[in-house]
Amino acid sequence: MNNIKKNRLLDQVFKYWGIACTFLGLVLLAIFIGSILVDGIQRIDWDFITSLPSRKAERAGIYTALMGSVWILFFTTIIALPLGIAAAIYLEEYAKESKMASLLEVNISNLAGVPSIIYGLLGLEVFVRIMEMGASVLAGSFTLALLILPIVIVSTREALKAVPKSVRDASFALGASKWQTVSRQLLPASFGGILTGIILALSRAVGETAPLIVIGALAYVPFAPESPMDEFSVLPIQIFNWISRPQHGFEVNAAAAIIILLLITFILNGIAVYFRNRWQSKLK
Amino acid sequence: MKENQENIVKPVKKKHKLQAKEVKVFYDDFMAIKGIDMNIRANKITAFIGPSGCGKSTFLRLFNRMNDYVDGFRMEGDILIDGENIYRKNINVEQLRKQVGMVFQKPNPFPKSIYENVAYGLKIQGIKDKTYLKDKVEDSLKQVGLWNEVKDNINRSALALSGGQQQRLCIARTLAVEPSIILMDEPTSALDPISTAKIEELIYELKEKYTIVIVTHNMQQAGRISDYTAFFYLGELIEYDKSKKLFTNPEKQQTENYITGRFG
Repeated sequence: MNNIKKNRLLDQVFKYWGIACTFLGLVLLAIFIGSILVDGIQRIDWDFITSLPSRKAERAGIYTALMGSVWILFFTTIIALPLGIAAAIYLEEYAKESKMASLLEVNISNLAGVPSIIYGLLGLEVFVRIMEMGASVLAGSFTLALLILPIVIVSTREALKAVPKSVRDASFALGASKWQTVSRQLLPASFGGILTGIILALSRAVGETAPLIVIGALAYVPFAPESPMDEFSVLPIQIFNWISRPQHGFEVNAAAAIIILLLITFILNGIAVYFRNRWQSKLK
Repeated sequence: MKENQENIVKPVKKKHKLQAKEVKVFYDDFMAIKGIDMNIRANKITAFIGPSGCGKSTFLRLFNRMNDYVDGFRMEGDILIDGENIYRKNINVEQLRKQVGMVFQKPNPFPKSIYENVAYGLKIQGIKDKTYLKDKVEDSLKQVGLWNEVKDNINRSALALSGGQQQRLCIARTLAVEPSIILMDEPTSALDPISTAKIEELIYELKEKYTIVIVTHNMQQAGRISDYTAFFYLGELIEYDKSKKLFTNPEKQQTENYITGRFG
């Protein structure tokens, strides 16, 4: 009898402890977003988004950094996507359970945990110096593509794994080859999951600063990039730069730019959630 | 299209459609099939019965090489279809599976429309002719008695159908590629009695055109629909005879014990 009471009590204690933990993170985030909004929201207007950088805080805008981020995102996507999806398909559908396959698997999971600045150093050596791309959009994109590749691979594999084995059985039993099964059944069925993983990976890429600073992305670029070989800046670097200035006006600018950056990641995450829900209900 | 059809349907009417010769199956070190010789007749329904884990499903899946994907799978002996060894080197496994269809235990329609489910087997052969595909889909759905139930919403998701309808759809999907043999792995074990009765009726009709091998846990089902029954136990073929004989007057004590429900 006593024991049951004790267990109930423990149950309750843990429940409220869990609730407290959950809210702690959320409350801190809310306070942060709140203070950013208070600081920056009145600074956001069309001019702020379309203006070039300037030494005067009230005239400076995020146009070049925003465009840099868009260029980087675009090229990162077209580099990481085919590589990541193909690697995931190979590991999940083709590679037999072998020592080699499990070695690859462990390494890919480990790569996902390597600090991003290490990727920056790798990018600096391989893309900027050896391949002589310079501190260009392309070099940055390759670096970020490497950074998110493990995430894309792992999430694509999860999405493929979620397709029931019975679908593969049915396809093979009708005389489909492996590639037909992958391209006509597995990829369409796991599309939502794959997309979710990619978007989440991209929303991580859009916020990355350290590796891009290492490869030499500039804090001040007078023009938006016009080709993949141009120099560039991105939003997080612009924010970092503004925050380190003494004038109060730049602090406001930084807050406003943070709002824009958060908006981009929230939108990306929103799209991911939308697709996940849609495809989950479809697959049942 | 013509050339596609030619090699699918073989109008061979040999007595023994499927033959197993001293077949042994291993999963790593475990011997799942311990040397089975068996001949299965054309245009008959042959039932495999036996307790769970006796190897009957493994044995069934040898005939369309579905065990190939199982880790650690290894086979000795020969499996012949129409006299041809299907485990020889250089055999086209995809082509083989078009001739040997399979229906699974749990209805497993693709998460696509009804139409796409039935047309899939033809589309992967490269058939693009829309009218041909449409006719073939209609024809296959009619064969399984599903056409009248679904003809108005052929583009709806197959997952919206009931379990019994889904299983009939899976049979239609198999028929569409015109196999000569259909393997069924407990096709009614996930269905209610009414759906089961419909499928049994269907299987009975199909034997005119196809050789059917069916794994079942349901003794009444084996007795009702099959011409021949094989009793498996612990990886061995214990008894194989006309169903009437096997169910009324089995030779072996083990068979009698099993069919009367004393074990298994």
